Order: sequence, then C-alpha cells, then structure tokens
Amino acid sequence: MKFGKIMMNGIFKENPTFRLLIGMCPTLAVTTAAINGLGMGLSTAAVLIGSNAVIALLKDVIPSKIRIPAFVVVIASFVTILGMLLKAYVPALDKSLGLFIPLIVVNCIILARAESFASKNGVISSIADGLGMGLGFTLALTILASIRELLGAGSIFAISIMGSAYEPAIIMILPPGAFLTLGLLLGLINKLTEKTQ
Amino acid sequence: MKDNELFLTASSSPHIRTKEDVGVIMRDVVIALVPAFGCALYFFGINALILVTSSVLSAVIAEGLIQKLTKKPITINDWSAVVTGLLLAFNLPPSAPWWLAVIGSAFAILIVKHTFGGIGQNFMNPALAARAFLLASWPTKMTAGFVLPRTLDGVSSSTPLAMLYAADATATATAEASATLTAVDLPSYMDLFLGNVAGVIGETSAIALLIGFAYLLYRGVISWRIPVIYIGVVGLMTFVFGANGLFTGNGIYHILSGGLMLGAIFMATDYSSSPVTPRGQIIFALGCGILTSVIRLWGGYPEGVSYSILLMNVAAPLIDKYTIPKIYGEVKANA
Repeated sequence: MKFGKIMMNGIFKENPTFRLLIGMCPTLAVTTAAINGLGMGLSTAAVLIGSNAVIALLKDVIPSKIRIPAFVVVIASFVTILGMLLKAYVPALDKSLGLFIPLIVVNCIILARAESFASKNGVISSIADGLGMGLGFTLALTILASIRELLGAGSIFAISIMGSAYEPAIIMILPPGAFLTLGLLLGLINKLTEKTQ
Repeated sequence: MKDNELFLTASSSPHIRTKEDVGVIMRDVVIALVPAFGCALYFFGINALILVTSSVLSAVIAEGLIQKLTKKPITINDWSAVVTGLLLAFNLPPSAPWWLAVIGSAFAILIVKHTFGGIGQNFMNPALAARAFLLASWPTKMTAGFVLPRTLDGVSSSTPLAMLYAADATATATAEASATLTAVDLPSYMDLFLGNVAGVIGETSAIALLIGFAYLLYRGVISWRIPVIYIGVVGLMTFVFGANGLFTGNGIYHILSGGLMLGAIFMATDYSSSPVTPRGQIIFALGCGILTSVIRLWGGYPEGVSYSILLMNVAAPLIDKYTIPKIYGEVKANA
C-alpha cells in the first residue's frame, strides 16, 4: 500500500517535470524524438532507483557535512555503469543521447530525491520513490517527445502518422519547439488539474 | 441628476477624454496598409489576395475562438487581429501556400498575443514572431518562393538584397563570373521605389509604404522617431561600410530594398512591444538600425529587419526602465 502510494506520488502528484519543474535540461534537450525521450527517461529512472537504494542504505554512515559529495559519488557510479551498459547493448540510443547520458550525474531530480527523500527514509520506500519519480520523468519526456516528433517530423517512435502530404514544422524538433511544447503542456495540465486541488 | 449639474463635479484626472480607442487606431493602421495591399495585388496578383485573405481570416477567427474559450470579452471588432493578419501576409513570399498564412496568423494570435494576455501584453510583435516561427519551421517555403512581379507563370527570382549579398560576397572573396552578372542585373532605383521587384508581397513598394507612413503621421497614430531614425541609421551605416571601403556603400539601395520600410513603419512602431518614452524610442530605433545593418553587411542572412526588431522588442522593457522621465527637475520641452 505504502509502496504504491509513494510510487504514484512521483508519477502524478509530484511529477518531476510537470509539477516540480526540475531536470529541465534533459527535458528540453533530448525530447526531439519519442524514442529519445523514452530512453532518457528510463536511463534516469534506472540511476534514480539505484542511487536512492544505496543512499538509503548508507544514510547513517555518511557524515552530514559531506553528504552532497558522497551522494554525487554514488550517483556517478551508477551513471558510469549505465553509460557502459548503453554503449554495449543499445549503441544507437547511446549515440543519439550522446553527452546527456554522462550529464545524468548532475540531473537535479536525482540529487533532489537523494537529499529530500532517500537520506530520510528506508530502503524500500526509497526504491518506491525512485521508481515513481523515474517513471513520472519517463512519462513526461515521452509525452513531450511524442508531440514534438509528431509535429516536427510527422511520426511517433519513427512510425509515420501524418502521411506523406504533411509538411513537418521543423521548429518543433529545434530548441524553440521544446520550450513552446513544454509551456503549453504545463498550462494545459494546470488547467485540467485546477479543480482537483 | 438635474441638481448635480449646478455643482462642480469632483473627480480625479483625466478630465478630458478622447474618442480614440484601440479600434480607431487599428482602423487607421489598416487604412495605412491599403496602398501596400494594392501594390501587392497589382504586382503579385491572385496569390497575394489568397494569402492576405486566409491570413486575416485566420487571425480574426483565432482571436474570436481563444477569447470564447477563455471566456474573455470578444474583441474581434477592434481591428487588431486584422492588422496582425495583414502584416503577417505581407511578410510571406508570393508563392507561399495558403496554409502557411493560416498557421502563421494562428500562431501570432494564439501563442504570441494571447498566451501573454492579449492585446497590449505581447512582448514581441505578433506578426514578426510568427514570421520567425514560419521561417524556422518551413525554411524552404519561406525563402524560395520569390518570383518576379507581373509574371503570370511566376518566373522565380532572388530578392534585390539577396543579389546584393551575393555580389558583395564575390567582391570581397573570389570573383565569379555568374555572380558579377547578377550584380549588373540589380533592379533600378525606380523599380525599387515603385515595388517592381521580387520580395515578400507587402515589402516591395517603398512609395506605397511611405504613403501609409504619411497617413499614420497625419493621424498621430505613430511618431516619426522610430521609423525615421531606424531607416536613417541603416542608410548611414550601409553607406559608410561599403564593400569597396569606407564611404562607398549604397545606402539608398539598402533603404529602398528588403523589408526595411515595412518593418520600420509598421512593425517597429507596435505600441506594446516598443518603448513608451521618446528617449527610449530613439534608443530602440538606433538599436534596430545598427542590428539590421550589421546583419545585412556582415551576417549570414541577406536581410535582418525582422530579427533586429524582435531583438529590440525583447530589450524594450529594459530601455523603458532606464529612460523613465524625471517628474521633477530637468525635463526637456518636447520630452
């Protein structure tokens, strides 16, 4: 029950992208195609679950004055492992995400969850939090990337949707398209959830 | 009520009100754009009519729809959407497809104007921002559709500025036979003045735009500051920094060609995205002029009017902040 509740919190109520508005750099930069958004989201989720679990285990032995460097070392280890795995098994995705894979180290979602959740809660709860936040991030990035890919390239997950007569709006897969889509999506979500709050 | 008339009414200022409102001003702008519209029809024919109609319709419908959806008072009667639609259509090449005008106008109204709060709240000129959006989205449609005026089958041609740009590039780099030829083929001053050149549909005719400018000045809708200083700076800078050394440039040619007149008279003077104070307007116009000249002379594009105005639009609040007139003390007579 509690596990599910913590997880759902990360996906909906405190969705890192649409609610907390953190981790904006990868959100805006890699969401040019749905597959990239999904890949980035899942990669971040994997690191988040791992780092949350380890930090929850180590929270009593890490001196509070140096906790941030200690967290970064843990996170960087997971990012390194992940980077090597991606290079070995999905080189195409690794190539299209490029620099943004090592940059997961400085993704503030991960550090924020380590600081505000994993260092104060047990291992199981921390894994639930990492899973929820990671899936919330993945969901947001996939939605954003699908809209951008649909308008900017006429397809979703490289499957043509709009037909050959459609003239893609290139701006949507350029940086301005990311800001436009994110801004309008945030507005829409705020409007839709206005009454429930 | 009768008793009240015997007494002096005590109220706070202003005491004298003008009948002018947004509708009157915007209608004046539309009237001022009519000569340029006429020239567009004369030079580019039925395609210009299709573009202008679809653009204006799209702008007005988009404004009505968004105001209906957000339950705001519907103000499509104030002509402001018509102005945006007209200006956007004037920024399209003659062979652009109609849907480009429709999407552009809808973007101008929905995103640039209404997501920031509607009329008076937009921080950029809606038509120009939409032009930049279209240019980034469909670059080939926005830059490759130029045709010579009055050619029924649409003989494609470069704009005068693109020719000048190519000629300058060869003058400074390697001399290439074909490019020197286009330098000779540059349209005459008279063609530029009348608008008998290739370009986006509303920018080609300097005379038509100047008539509009005179009307706006006469009606007091805009002040002379931004257009005159803007155009003056571009003329001066392009004259001083010529391709063959200092003081050899062709300033007049630069003034008459491209979107300078259209931009300086109708876009840079947009109330909500340009500075309020006279001093601020002078700084704004200087900035526009310098940026346009820099882009035209040394930049990667032949034309830089729209990006210059957009950049200065963003700077306008800052300019306003530093040019607030002093209430007490030294205020110049005409400031």
